[in-house]
Amino acid sequence: MKIVVCIKQVPDTTEVKLDPKTGTLIRDGIPSIINPDDKGGLEYALQLKEEYGAEVTVITMGPPQAEAVLREAFAMGADRAILLTSRKFAGADTLATSNALAGALRVLDFDLILAGRQAIDGDTAQVGPQIAEHLGIPQVSYLEDLKFDGNKTFRIKKQLEDGYQIVEVESPCLLTCLASAVKPRYMSVKGIVEAWDKEVEIWTEEKIDVNEEKLGLKGSPTKVKKAGAKEMKAAGQVHDGLSPEEAADLIIAKLKEKYII
Amino acid sequence: MDFSFTKQEELFLQMIRDFAENEVKPLAAEIDDLERFPEETVAKMGKIGIMGIPVPKEYGGQGGTNQMYTMAVEELSRVCATTGVVVSAHTSLCIAPIMENGTEEQKQKYLPKLASGEWIGAFGLTEPNAGTDAAMQQTTAVEEEDAYVLNGSKIFITNAGYAHVYIVFAMTDKSLGNKGISAFIVEKGTPGFSIGKKEKKLGIRGSATCELIFENCRIPKENLLGKVGKGFGIAMKTLDGGRIGIASQALGIAQGAMDETVKYTKERKQFGKAIAQFQNTQFQLAEMETNVNAARFLVRSAAYRKDNGLPYSKDAAMAKLFAAQTAMEVTTKAVQLHGGYGYTREYPVERMMRDAKITEIYEGTSEVQRMVIAAALLK
Repeated sequence: MKIVVCIKQVPDTTEVKLDPKTGTLIRDGIPSIINPDDKGGLEYALQLKEEYGAEVTVITMGPPQAEAVLREAFAMGADRAILLTSRKFAGADTLATSNALAGALRVLDFDLILAGRQAIDGDTAQVGPQIAEHLGIPQVSYLEDLKFDGNKTFRIKKQLEDGYQIVEVESPCLLTCLASAVKPRYMSVKGIVEAWDKEVEIWTEEKIDVNEEKLGLKGSPTKVKKAGAKEMKAAGQVHDGLSPEEAADLIIAKLKEKYII
Repeated sequence: MDFSFTKQEELFLQMIRDFAENEVKPLAAEIDDLERFPEETVAKMGKIGIMGIPVPKEYGGQGGTNQMYTMAVEELSRVCATTGVVVSAHTSLCIAPIMENGTEEQKQKYLPKLASGEWIGAFGLTEPNAGTDAAMQQTTAVEEEDAYVLNGSKIFITNAGYAHVYIVFAMTDKSLGNKGISAFIVEKGTPGFSIGKKEKKLGIRGSATCELIFENCRIPKENLLGKVGKGFGIAMKTLDGGRIGIASQALGIAQGAMDETVKYTKERKQFGKAIAQFQNTQFQLAEMETNVNAARFLVRSAAYRKDNGLPYSKDAAMAKLFAAQTAMEVTTKAVQLHGGYGYTREYPVERMMRDAKITEIYEGTSEVQRMVIAAALLK
């Protein structure tokens, strides 16, 4: 089986601070990480590899420094890594990004594509589903659990807002994963030692199968008009160790106190 | 000297911090409180290679550097000194002497299982009457047909009981003094070998520290480590390396106390402001931070020398002396800056202070380090 995992390098938003004047993210000095949902996808891919045998390829689009997340993926156990990087890809919104990734996937062999549900820096949850649409393959999003029959069929527990759904889908297909559904493995020491022994393949627009008009700023219909910080509210209170009944009583009392109920 | 990390070491630091924070820190208070050996953590560490960092890949190891190993012990000890010493004793005191002195058969037999963490390693040199004066070994090994028969006991043995492989020193010829000491590889379960009393300790309470007892314990001759009569040299060389591990542990404890103290002094308010705003606090923190960083440079330097095949005995002794002293001073100040809360088990600094003390004692007391440093200077 050939599995491709789409990953993204994102700033670790748990450490990001906002510039109080401009309301924009201060990214300087913030560590970059593999987007958590994508790392969940990589973990599923590595589990399938262990159980059924598979070649796991990771792919990312980004500036040259995005190579770091591909090295990390090698250290976790990925077999092959591709970095889509070129000035032509710059300024891409989700549509242009998914077009570039789909262009690369047309060149690659795959039975399964795994992507994260959404990235913590943009939270759009659009790129995975768009890739599936461009490629004309079935997709299941919000994957919470994954079973494989060892042949062609994946049985997926899909998270819904108020429950879950069990669906079956045949390869080739695309699944989007949740970070909360699986605990990604740690990089192994040996994986780290060997992470630079393998080559990260650099692909530009010339290598992929897509109309150049659909790439980068040119291929991006989204225009950001304004971005700002949410207004700060008063600090919250934490009440620990309450039983459900006590918690409910406390919430009711607080709501009454504020004349909300 | 260039202490900058390689790309691999930077990625390793990211992994080991993540692991320490998420897998080790949550257990630290509990294993201290219950004096419980963290077996589940050892299993997790084995799985990702932390139990065999500097072991070459051909022996089932990870092919990492000593620098990575010191970083691992530091980062683990930063949140839990017990976990740090489990790795340090296993790697420096059991794996290293087999790597450095073992025959090809011994390496093939022991290193893969030790490096994977399936087996834990330990080291038995200290006896009731042979502490700093390690040459006063009373455990004997008498040659008999195809075996050496061991009689005697060892005390204060880290990882005892949980370890499968023990590097044990014994007198093969008392008349030769320290030239009559030989080293042996002893496996758990060998008839005549048993684990005695478990010590109740001030700190590193999760680590198992016990007595080893040998009663007519027959060790097959192929388990002699190195040559007959070369045991004392093996022990001293092993401890040179071990000191880098313990220096890293001390450094980690000191850094952990720094982390806690910086956080606490910014939160704790007295006289209407955070205590971090008082110059006394600031001066204390500045002093502590400077010493921690000086200790780190000594540790890095010793590990760098070992990785590059340079003599490192004096460097390891200096790193251990200074890092242990720093760990004790910094943790004591950390408790002081936490005030009454720092003395309680609500905060981790009291545990860190208890854990720090052993680093001035084991694998050569601070006095022994001074002897080693001075001897290197005056030779």
